[in-house]
Amino acid sequence: MMKRVIEYFRSLMLLELLAGMGLTMRHFFRPRITINYPEEKTPKSPRFRGLHALRRYPNGEERCIACKLCEAVCPALAITIDSEEREDGSRRTTAYEIDLFKCIYCGLCEESCPVDSIVLTGVLEYHMESREEGILDKDKLLAIGDRFESEIAENRNKDAAYR
Amino acid sequence: MIVQELIFYFFSLVMVLAAVAVVTVRNPIYAVLYLVLAFFSAAAIWMLLEAEFLAIILVVVYVGAVMVLFLFVVMMLDINLVPLKEGFIRYLPVAALVAIAMAVEMLMVVWSRGRFGVDMFPVPAPNSADYSNTRELGELLYTNYLLPFEVAGVVLLVAIIAAVALTLRTRPGIKTQNPSEQVRTRRDESVRLVKMKSEKPRGA
Amino acid sequence: MFEMIEAVFTWIQSQYLIWTLLKIVLIVLPLITVVAFYTFFERKVIGSMQIRVGPNRVGPLGLIQPFADVFKLLLKEIILPTNANRFLFVIAPVIALAPAFAAWAVVPFNDFLVLADVDAGLLYVLALTSLGVYGIIIAGWASNSKYAFLGAMRAAAQAVSYEIAMGFALVGVLILAGTMNLREIVLAQQGGILDWYWLPLFPMFVIYMISGLAETNRAPFDMAEGESEIVAGFHVEYSGAAFAVFFLAEYANMILISGLTAIMFAGGWLSPFEGMPVLGDTFLGEGSIIWFLAKTVVFMFMFLWYRATFPRYRYDQIMRLGWTVLIPITLVWTMLAALMTVLGIVVKGS
Repeated sequence: MMKRVIEYFRSLMLLELLAGMGLTMRHFFRPRITINYPEEKTPKSPRFRGLHALRRYPNGEERCIACKLCEAVCPALAITIDSEEREDGSRRTTAYEIDLFKCIYCGLCEESCPVDSIVLTGVLEYHMESREEGILDKDKLLAIGDRFESEIAENRNKDAAYR
Repeated sequence: MIVQELIFYFFSLVMVLAAVAVVTVRNPIYAVLYLVLAFFSAAAIWMLLEAEFLAIILVVVYVGAVMVLFLFVVMMLDINLVPLKEGFIRYLPVAALVAIAMAVEMLMVVWSRGRFGVDMFPVPAPNSADYSNTRELGELLYTNYLLPFEVAGVVLLVAIIAAVALTLRTRPGIKTQNPSEQVRTRRDESVRLVKMKSEKPRGA
Repeated sequence: MFEMIEAVFTWIQSQYLIWTLLKIVLIVLPLITVVAFYTFFERKVIGSMQIRVGPNRVGPLGLIQPFADVFKLLLKEIILPTNANRFLFVIAPVIALAPAFAAWAVVPFNDFLVLADVDAGLLYVLALTSLGVYGIIIAGWASNSKYAFLGAMRAAAQAVSYEIAMGFALVGVLILAGTMNLREIVLAQQGGILDWYWLPLFPMFVIYMISGLAETNRAPFDMAEGESEIVAGFHVEYSGAAFAVFFLAEYANMILISGLTAIMFAGGWLSPFEGMPVLGDTFLGEGSIIWFLAKTVVFMFMFLWYRATFPRYRYDQIMRLGWTVLIPITLVWTMLAALMTVLGIVVKGS
């Protein structure tokens, strides 16, 4: 009974509410943890799986040999490859298409590739303005690879020890 | 003053129209809202009479509380309008009789010469600027009319206690939550940590 | 040139109607601006309490943000729901807004800066704050939507319940001050921070702030909005300018409650250092409009602080708190306040 009365008066003093307000007030003076996104960015792992790219050898020859391992391993069936023999007798792709809307960015294509051709870059800021743009064809993939080659190579080097 | 008269006629007109609308509109919600308008205009007219306390109390009590509850009830009830309109013609003669009787009585009071008529009462002198209707009312209530005032207070108190007593009941066999008890619960009252030996894998 | 301005000025002062209208504009325009910046302030403060930065993109430090919000809302379409009651739907935001502005007529900013120095100021304020609920009910009903209707019902029941506790809290002030004129209530509190009514009426002060939260439907009493269960309550169906008006009404009400708390319990424009040896002799010891504004801002900040701290109440708990806790406490303290006056513990204007 006495305990009830004491509890009652304790609750009337709003102690718990005051404790809560004290907590928010302490946070009020804490330094902000916000990252101002376009200007500041959080650090990114070299293993980050972003936009796809097809790489070339340093001499300009495209790496892909149309083995179709990536097509076979892709769980979302996002990759479509057509291949043909080139004049010099090597097997090359005639079409290499990735449907970005199907892709789940699992990175299995990258792991399966024997020649390190298809890679997932660290690029995460890209957009499309129509649905057709969601399908990356061979030219686009190669262009992305050319554009970010230095970055891709650097990330590969950093991660090489763990592969 | 012409402005005052204009204001008076404006609010009177609004009030009379709103009062008529209360009984004529079909939608009961509109009726309640028109009643609010009527109360409001009445408050404005009282304000012109320098009875600001009464005017504001009318707004606080009737407009602010009673009519809100009215609106509540009217909005919550799914009122079927058809049975309400039944028997309109049947009751019309009686209603008309009562209405006419009341109108005639009022007219008699206003127009009768000699005893009650308008000309019997001079226009009251306007009160001075520091006149406070609130203070006057308070002084009257707590001196001349102290006993009736206190009796009214006791009656209201009894009504409150009765209302509480009527609604304060606990049915047996129902489960309810007691928030203060829930809040008061501490971890060690409801959590029991049990030490268990890890189970052996099968066949070991 | 100077004489001409002076002549125009005296002419305006002689024209009662124009002069009053001018004063009304002088109160309402800053009020609307303050509302705009209050929304910005709210986002910044709550951001800080959640260790974020809040809006900082529009203009320097994000200061133009409120104007961006306003223009966005004004340019949006006002959608009228099918089967909504057109007239009531449109007029409801105005009904919600009007009392929030009208109540400022009796608020004394300092000893002489008050639009209408009426004797029944306190009652007038009570009457107007009780009218605000009509805007909400009518909006909820006229929208012809179940969520809006539920929100309106909740808001109305809550407002009606907490009005009683609020009224009783003010009765305490009334007993101590012995007047309903807001200016005289402030003057009755003269004599430094310990003579303000928050001290003798401390429980009522707390209850006034709590019921002020409930009256304005602010967190943790924002049942009327209840995003998680009834979307946004009474104003789900509103968009564009009509929604902006509701927004304006809510914030104007918060500012009004803050100002009233400052007047009733924190000595209005009086200085807290009044009569103190060192500080009291400087300009800080004098009562001025700055003190009133500073106190109002402090209470405005409290509103945001509560919102950042407390989770939303459950509906039955709100009712339970209002009727079974707050009202009995105010009743008891009303008696105590009367005793304090009779025994001369609290003396007017000491």
